[in-house]
Amino acid sequence: MVWETVIGLEVHVQLDTKSKLFSGSSTTFGAEPNTQAGIYDLAMPGTLPVFNEAVLRMAVKFGLAIDAEIGRRSVFDRKNYFYPDLPKGYQVTQLAFPTVGKGSLQITLEDGSEKVIGITRAHIEEDAGKSLHEDFQGLTGIDLNRAGTALLEIVSEPELRNAKEAVAYLKKLHAIILYLGISDGNMAQGSMRCDANVSVRQLGATEFGTRTEIKNINSFRFVEKAINHEVRRQIDIIEDGGRIIQETRLYDADKDETRSMRSKEVANDYRYFPEPDLLPVVIDEAYIEAVRAELPELPNAKRARFVSQYGLSEYDAGVLSSSREMANFYEEVVNICGDTKLSANWVTVDLQGLLNKSDLEISQSPVSASRLGALIGRIKDQTISGKIAKAVFEAMLGSEQSVDEIIESQGLQQVTDSGAIEKLVDEVIAANPEQVAQFRAGKEKVFAFFIGQAMKVSKGKANPDQLNALLLQKLKG
Amino acid sequence: MSRRTVAELSRSLARGEFSSTELTRDYLSRIKQFNGVYNAYITITEELALAQAAAADQRRARGEHGPLTGIPIAHKDIFCMQDVRTTCASKMLSNFISPYNATVVERLNAAGTVTLGKTNMDEFAMGSSNETSFFGAVRNPWDPERVPGGSSGGSAAAVAADLCAIATGTDTGGSIRQPAAFCGITGFKPSYGRISRWGMIAFASSLDQAGPISKSAEDAALMMNAIAGPDSKDSTCVEVAAPDYMATLNDTLQGLRIGVPRQHLAEGLGAEVESALQAALKVFESLGATIKEVDLPNSHLSVSAYYVIAPAEASANLSRFDGVRYGYRCADPVNLEDMYKRSRSEGFGSEVKRRIMIGTYALSAGFYDAYYIKAQQIRRLIKQDFDNAFKEVDVIIGPTTPHTAFKLGEKNSDPVTMYLEDIYTIAVNLAGLPGMSIPAGSHKGLPIGIQLVGKDFDEARLLNVAHQYQQNTDWHLQRPEV
Repeated sequence: MVWETVIGLEVHVQLDTKSKLFSGSSTTFGAEPNTQAGIYDLAMPGTLPVFNEAVLRMAVKFGLAIDAEIGRRSVFDRKNYFYPDLPKGYQVTQLAFPTVGKGSLQITLEDGSEKVIGITRAHIEEDAGKSLHEDFQGLTGIDLNRAGTALLEIVSEPELRNAKEAVAYLKKLHAIILYLGISDGNMAQGSMRCDANVSVRQLGATEFGTRTEIKNINSFRFVEKAINHEVRRQIDIIEDGGRIIQETRLYDADKDETRSMRSKEVANDYRYFPEPDLLPVVIDEAYIEAVRAELPELPNAKRARFVSQYGLSEYDAGVLSSSREMANFYEEVVNICGDTKLSANWVTVDLQGLLNKSDLEISQSPVSASRLGALIGRIKDQTISGKIAKAVFEAMLGSEQSVDEIIESQGLQQVTDSGAIEKLVDEVIAANPEQVAQFRAGKEKVFAFFIGQAMKVSKGKANPDQLNALLLQKLKG
Repeated sequence: MSRRTVAELSRSLARGEFSSTELTRDYLSRIKQFNGVYNAYITITEELALAQAAAADQRRARGEHGPLTGIPIAHKDIFCMQDVRTTCASKMLSNFISPYNATVVERLNAAGTVTLGKTNMDEFAMGSSNETSFFGAVRNPWDPERVPGGSSGGSAAAVAADLCAIATGTDTGGSIRQPAAFCGITGFKPSYGRISRWGMIAFASSLDQAGPISKSAEDAALMMNAIAGPDSKDSTCVEVAAPDYMATLNDTLQGLRIGVPRQHLAEGLGAEVESALQAALKVFESLGATIKEVDLPNSHLSVSAYYVIAPAEASANLSRFDGVRYGYRCADPVNLEDMYKRSRSEGFGSEVKRRIMIGTYALSAGFYDAYYIKAQQIRRLIKQDFDNAFKEVDVIIGPTTPHTAFKLGEKNSDPVTMYLEDIYTIAVNLAGLPGMSIPAGSHKGLPIGIQLVGKDFDEARLLNVAHQYQQNTDWHLQRPEV
């Protein structure tokens, strides 16, 4: 039997505002527990919410970036349930009238083709606090620093068909969020959290299978692993004649498995109703246009520009526009060295290889854009060869020295003095009479041997063009 | 010194007849003498009062005073007061010390009032007789065997027995007006959104509104001038500046169009209340007003709609009282669920629990449309009724309550009988309009109140009409023998 996977993602993005959604408390991550919880966040009796307008601006920005319908009148609702880290006993969210309605996101699949994924909605809501189960001798500690932080919950249509598509969607979402500057998107710190709704059905079926929801997956890698595991689990159950139970499951990264958290059949009745402490948020065209004017160049537009303006391949342009930091880094390198293709190669191959090896983001690059630009500039003006440049690049990692200082101090400048090169060529010819004879007898392949020997003696510093010409001239005698 | 209105006290303080400190000591001694009888106060803030009185006297000496500087006041125990116990008359908050001030408290402090204490009330403002208080029932100064009304029963009894010059109250379905009627004083509920709800412990957020409980309409205007107006801490508080309510008190009633709701003169209205109302209407006519009947065809639905909407909102508003961060927590909980269940079962009284259950039920999946949505539709119809009536009249006048104060325990067996106490007042909250009750008669030694309802944010007109009535009658000057 051939199975088809159906995935929809719910992504919670913590919006990067200075203060919380409905209170003036700070949102800085990592403060001492409960030091960033004001009287509203603590749900002191008599306190009231005041909507933070910066949140609206960010939500609308996101909506415009995914070509979504923008709710002209959005309404907050109370979602009621008891939990110790939910101080009011209800979460303020948007049910029927979210700020961002239907939109879509274009993702690039592994084969290079494009797919459009529908986004159902994105609504504003407040985050809960944290329950701390360690360090309290069997008791639970509550930290309300995070309580009331603004979230944007982005809900996709069930249009993703495998784990790789889900990851591509999530990465694209991540890129857009960073491009817009509305969140730091840090998955490890929980600024971006993903729940996956997963079901399987026979290929060609029109009805959806029963789905499970996998909660709080905190890295791109885990999204793929969690979904693959869950799909396998569901198929195994069905093929063994079993039935999928609609439930919430938790992904355990250590064991690489999902396990049941709670069954939806005994789930809470959230008793939503409109939040009477807040007025509906009404926005007009002028507001939307003002936000639109603030939108930065988004990934797809940037990729197209890199192709047309810099003459890059679609692939390189795609890699370089995948994040705003990467694109900015690349353009800074180009500005310094003036060579678009060489810059693209160095950023996508050498630098990216280095980052991958050390598991670093471009923002943490040990080599700054200006230093990389300077290095490429020295290749371009022939101070060093491309090969030597790789050695300089290595040397730059552990050094504060400038590119020129490294080249200078290690004596890596190309030798372009024709006298010195001639001396070198003479030495090599004198030392290898047998090969000279072979060459002169017509075995031209031996030429490469002489280049190699000369480079070896010059420690790679001889200007290749000059060396070529002189060697050829002398050998032909 | 006592038994005077705020306006009179203010003039005496200005003339130096006595100081605020002397006045405050007088009130504190009256409280000591009589609070045991009426149980109007939950907390007496003697030290604070004397400090505020001394500060007020200094302000006066420096000439930096306003009309309320040095006036002894009491706050319903639903208003948060920094460093003072704020209980909402519940075991749940019986040891809760508020870390901040309600805007109403903050503004009255700034005006220089002297806080004598926090007044008793129905638990979480849920009740019409002040019998649901964890701190015991309040007794009516006109007859201690009778209830003062609720939920602001402590404030009303304190003003009537002159245990303060003026008090704050809150009104969700009649909680200022009904006790004012039962206690023979003036109770004013402004339009929804006129006064900040910040720091006022929420019962039903879309209906709750603070207001003065006073000895006269003029006193109500004085307090309104201090507390009304925009507040950035409450999004539902309108951004329009409040007018000077004193400026229009003496406007003429010549040509005033008064509407009397046909539905309020129907079955259920006590004969003594109806005759007091008719007498009052004659007074208004003599002052140049014209009277006509108006139609509020959906008013019979108001109590039902209210007892869906208010409990629904309350069920969520009271979820924060969970024993986790502050307030009552049961002894030795074995796990989280046990802590929730017992903290809330033991911390809330039976009327509060009843309303939480009604509200939870009304919002439940499968019932939401039939109850909550339907109630909201009725609410719109009720507002429409008023809008239509106000096309023809300037104010609506009717009874505040069907009868005079009833006896303690008389209506405790059947909650619905108690809920019907607010039959004339509830629609005003559902429509968000300003309403007030003023004394307009007496029957067997018990006061009778009439209700005045105004257009949206037309508080000034309402205060003007009530003040003119009080300039020509003396019902508001009658005091019980304490």
